[in-house]
Amino acid sequence: MKIWNWIHKLASPPHFYRMAEFLVPWFMWPAVLLILIGAYGGLVLAPPDYMQGQGFRMIYFHVPSAYLSMLVYVVMAVAAAIGLIWRIKLAHAVAASSASIGASFTVLALVTGMVGGKPMWGAYWVWDARLTSELVLLFLYLGYITLRAAFDEISKADRASGVLAVVGVVNIPIIHFSVVWWNTLHQGPTITKLDNPSITGDMLWPLLAMILGYTLFFVAVLAIRVSGEVLTRESRSRWVGEILRAPGQIGVK
Amino acid sequence: MLEARKLSLWRGANCLFQDLSFEVPPGNALLVRGANGTGKTTLLRVLCGLTRPEDGRVCWNGVNIEKEPEIYRSQLAYWGHLGGLKADLTVLRNLQFICRLNGLDEAAVQPVVTALSLDRCADLPVRHLSAGQKRRAGLAGLLLSTAGLWIMDEPFTNMDDNGKELLRQKLKQHLDRQGIAIVAAHHELDIPGHTLQRLTLGAGQ
Amino acid sequence: MSYRKIFFAVMRRDLQVAIQRWGDLTSPLMFFAIVTVLFPLAMSPEREVLRGIGPGVLWISALLATLLSLNALFRADIEDGSMEQLVIGPHPLALIMLSKTFVHWLITGLPLIILAPILSVSYYLPASGVKILCLTLLLGTPTLSLLGSVGAALTAGLRQTSGLMALLVLPLMLPVLMFGARATDLAADGFDPTGPVYLLAALLVLAISLVPLASAAAIRISLD
Repeated sequence: MKIWNWIHKLASPPHFYRMAEFLVPWFMWPAVLLILIGAYGGLVLAPPDYMQGQGFRMIYFHVPSAYLSMLVYVVMAVAAAIGLIWRIKLAHAVAASSASIGASFTVLALVTGMVGGKPMWGAYWVWDARLTSELVLLFLYLGYITLRAAFDEISKADRASGVLAVVGVVNIPIIHFSVVWWNTLHQGPTITKLDNPSITGDMLWPLLAMILGYTLFFVAVLAIRVSGEVLTRESRSRWVGEILRAPGQIGVK
Repeated sequence: MLEARKLSLWRGANCLFQDLSFEVPPGNALLVRGANGTGKTTLLRVLCGLTRPEDGRVCWNGVNIEKEPEIYRSQLAYWGHLGGLKADLTVLRNLQFICRLNGLDEAAVQPVVTALSLDRCADLPVRHLSAGQKRRAGLAGLLLSTAGLWIMDEPFTNMDDNGKELLRQKLKQHLDRQGIAIVAAHHELDIPGHTLQRLTLGAGQ
Repeated sequence: MSYRKIFFAVMRRDLQVAIQRWGDLTSPLMFFAIVTVLFPLAMSPEREVLRGIGPGVLWISALLATLLSLNALFRADIEDGSMEQLVIGPHPLALIMLSKTFVHWLITGLPLIILAPILSVSYYLPASGVKILCLTLLLGTPTLSLLGSVGAALTAGLRQTSGLMALLVLPLMLPVLMFGARATDLAADGFDPTGPVYLLAALLVLAISLVPLASAAAIRISLD
């Protein structure tokens, strides 16, 4: 029981709001730092790839975005499931705020994949398994966002889109597997550096730095967005009024 | 016994009810009154477990209806302003379906049809019935349940005097059997031999 | 009351309603037929071209026809209040949703499978391909109906839904399309289609066991 009380206190909107306000800088600054270091390491320090030359450097942006695009969907679905099962309003706010972040990472992964693929494939788009999966993932995000927007009532939007997110997360591995299967049947396995990097140490550490940096960045952005979401949702309550009236505060910090 | 404990519901910025509590013991009826838009239907839907209140809970015999929904639902009959009947099917077929779902023998349909003077239109598709006949067919569906709790939304709408009297009788029988009834209505309602609890919405409870 | 009885009670009533509304049933079939006519007109009537795109075209048309019919799957039930009654009834809602979806498949999916061999003649599919086309449709269209039932349940309370339905449901339906079309293609070229056929069967089993739970949750939310 004690742990439940603790979880409920932690998940209470005012408590979360204050915690987020405190924690955001602790995630945002290391994220910016790691991304700068990773970008420098990847774009300047790492040696050019012997097969693809300079073109391979796009993986320093593509791989972290692709990884985040999937991670965010899982975060969204888990949050939605928690919201549906234990009726924690904060969890719904997390799911709702995740969607557009995830969609942005997906777009980024698609764009970097296309630009990075151009020198290799000679075209901006090929029906490569990973790109195709990303594209389908983008449609899943768009479906989620559009469904939310179609509801007037926020609690209904939360629950309906939550069901969709859970159905989607069960489907993502199936979709991914079937796309890979379809791809190998039609084209034979395309060996790309984006898929299968046989990477040396001085190529690898910038990539890891970028992945960690992107993840921290996601956490920080999520916390900011959830704070805003929570303020809108709780606009009737007294604690929001106090925050908005406090000197020097205009909405979400 | 049906209990509402501190129910609150908002529609947007509009508060329909807040900290609403009442209890209805067996053999009693609650008459819910209020002008249009005061949340009568919404309250009934909350009591049915269709709409989730923002705060508070509904308890059946002391147990939150969300904890043991099957037990509660087997005791519940709801007659909303949508009849719940299929317009393309005949009255008889609709009622037979209700019987089958309630686990009753289909022979139970005929007496109810006769009691509500629906014999002449029993073989017509529901879409061809008059508004009053549709209401009677809906009432027939309610009478084919074994539920101890009746929740009725404006049951007297579109009923002729005869139908109203019939409905009052059926309500009395239900209460005599120690049933519970929740009735939302515009009008005053008297059931001989029973005193009704009253709840008026929208009057700043 | 046994689950079997509930399943058949709901199925019987929905079939009775469906028979009364015979006209509604034929439109997905007509759609299926007319879409398959479009491709030769837009592309080329050459035997080689049509033989190549045939399995894909037939599967896509079947998928779109199913999607079209799914839009109104629960609309009437919600408007006349009968869904409300089922939701507050004591019986497991997932079972009722399964029954309703099964009826939907019986009246739209099954006719598609009967029509498909006739239409496949115009795409010069060999007999082996036609056989597998029917088998994959038999295994695949119930999965499509089930996945569609979640979309239909989620959008049941909304006004403008046809575009939204496609966006929600099509990405989930992709694996079925890929396996179905590919198996037909393999069989038509004289290869062994067993792999994708088994995968389709696996998807169907998975869908039958999980999807009704999601539809039930979705319809409760839509009625709130």
